[in-house]
Amino acid sequence: MLKVENIRTFYGNIEALKGVSLEVNRGEIVTLIGANGAGKSTTLMSISGVTPPRTGSVVFEGRDITRMPTDRIVATGITQVPEGRLIFPGLTVRENLMMGAYLRNDKAGIAQDLEHIYGLFPILKERRAQHGGTLSGGEQQMLAIGRALMSRPKLLLLDEPSLGLAPIVVENIFGVITKINAEGVTVMLVEQNAQMALSIAHRAYVLETGHVTLSGDARELMNDPKVQSAYLGLD
Amino acid sequence: MLEQQLINGLTLGVIYALIAVGYSMVYGVIELINFAHGEIYMFGAFFCATFITAFGLPFFPAMALAMICCACLGVLLDIFAYRPLRRAPRLAPLITAIGMSIFLQNLAMIVWGSRPKPFPQEALPAFFHETALTFSGVQLSWLQLFIFSLTIVLMIGLNLVITRTKTGTAMRALAQNQRAAALMGINVNRIISFTFMIGSSLGAVAGILVSVFYNTMYPTMGYNAGVKAFAAAVLGGIGSVPGAMLGGIVLGVAEALGAGYVSSLYRDGVAYAVLIAVILFRPTGLFGKAVRQKA
Repeated sequence: MLKVENIRTFYGNIEALKGVSLEVNRGEIVTLIGANGAGKSTTLMSISGVTPPRTGSVVFEGRDITRMPTDRIVATGITQVPEGRLIFPGLTVRENLMMGAYLRNDKAGIAQDLEHIYGLFPILKERRAQHGGTLSGGEQQMLAIGRALMSRPKLLLLDEPSLGLAPIVVENIFGVITKINAEGVTVMLVEQNAQMALSIAHRAYVLETGHVTLSGDARELMNDPKVQSAYLGLD
Repeated sequence: MLEQQLINGLTLGVIYALIAVGYSMVYGVIELINFAHGEIYMFGAFFCATFITAFGLPFFPAMALAMICCACLGVLLDIFAYRPLRRAPRLAPLITAIGMSIFLQNLAMIVWGSRPKPFPQEALPAFFHETALTFSGVQLSWLQLFIFSLTIVLMIGLNLVITRTKTGTAMRALAQNQRAAALMGINVNRIISFTFMIGSSLGAVAGILVSVFYNTMYPTMGYNAGVKAFAAAVLGGIGSVPGAMLGGIVLGVAEALGAGYVSSLYRDGVAYAVLIAVILFRPTGLFGKAVRQKA
C-alpha cells in the first residue's frame, strides 16, 4: 500500500533521514520504534510532505507522492495525527472534527462519521461545544485522532499518541487504535513506548539515527535480545 | 455639539473598522503587518472613480467592480510579493510590505497624477448630501446613514463567513496552527489568498466611502488611513476581527472628541497616542490573546 524507498530528508544541512526504506501493507498496524532523535517523526513528516525528502521516493497505492504538497497527499488518503496533537485550541471540539472532513462534501457520510467518533470517544460528544484548548491532554489526543478519522483515511499515521498521558488513558487510546484497524484503517504508529506499540502491531521497524536497523514481525522483535535491552528496558 | 461629534466620530470609526479588519485578518493567518493595505484602500477609491468617469458606470456597479479589482490586487500582492518569502525571517516580508506600499503609491501617481481629485459627485444619488434625520440638533445625512448601514451589513456578513462557513473555519484553523491545517488537507495558500481577497475588498469599500464623504482622493491617502486603521487593529488586539471592528469605532470617536474638545490640530495625534497607550498598558489589545511561546 505504502512504499517508502531510500528517503533522505534534511533540516538545512543536517541529514535527519539517511536512506529510510519501509513498507506498509493494507490492513496492517506497522510501528516505527526508536529513541529520541532517531528520525521517527521526520519519517512521518516526509510521508505527509511537510518535510519532503531530498532523494528517494514515497509511493502510495501506485502513485508517486514524494513531491506532492501536503493537502494533496491528504486527498490521496493519508492523514496524520501529529506529535503534540496540534488541535485547533480556539475552535470548538465539533469544529475541530469538521476540519478533519475539510476535503469531503458528502454531508450524510460526514454526519455519520461524526456520530461514529462520538461513539469511539464519548467524552468528545459531551464537550463538543467547548474550545479544543480547554480539553485535558488525553481528551486532546482523542480529538486529534477523531479529527484525523473524519477524513476517512486509508492510512492513518500516528505520531506518539501516548506522549505525556496517564497509563489508563494510553490503554484506552491503544484500544481505539486496534478497533479502528479492525474496521479497515491501515495504521502506521510511531512510538517511544515500544512495549505498547509492539503489543498491538503486526510488524515493526527499529530506527536509529536515520537508519532502519531492524525490522520484522512485532512478536519476534519483542523477543529479540537487542530490542529488549535497548527499547524494552529488559536485560 | 457632543452628539454631533459622536456621530461624525462614529462615521469615521466604522470606516477605520473596515480597514482594520483587513490588517487583522492578514496578521491572523500569516503574522504579517501588510503595510500596503492602505494603498489597496486608496486604489479602491481611484478604481471606483475611474469606472464612473471613464466607463460611465453608475455608482453602485462601479463600487462593486472596484471591490473585485482590489480583491484581485490583494491576491496578486500576496502571490508575487509575500508568498516567495513565506519561510524567510519575518523582517523580510515586513520590509517588502513597506516597499510594496511605496510602489503602489507611486504607481497610482503615474496613472492618476499626484494632485488631489474630487470624487465624481454627479454619479452619486442626489439625496446623499441631504439630511436624513435630525434629532435634538444633530444632523445625520443620507450619506452617513448609508455608510453606517453598509458597514454594519458588511461586518455582519464577514462574521457569518468567518464563523459559519467551512472556508471561514479553515481560516481560523490556519491562524491557530498552519501545519495542522495543512495536515487536514487545507490548501494553505488558497485560504491565504481568500483572506487577502476579503480584506482587500473591504478596504476598497472604505476608500470609496472616505473619498465620497470628504469629496477628495489622492495617491498618498492610504498612508494616514493605514496608520489609523493599524492603530485600531492593535487597539482591538491584532489578529482579532471583532477587536478590529471595536478598535476602529473607539478610535474614530476618540479622534472626533479629541478634535472637537482639545484642538483639531491633534486629530491625527489621537491615533498615535492610542497606539502608544495600548503598547504600554495593554499590548495584547482589547480582544487579543497573549501568544504562548511553545517549548
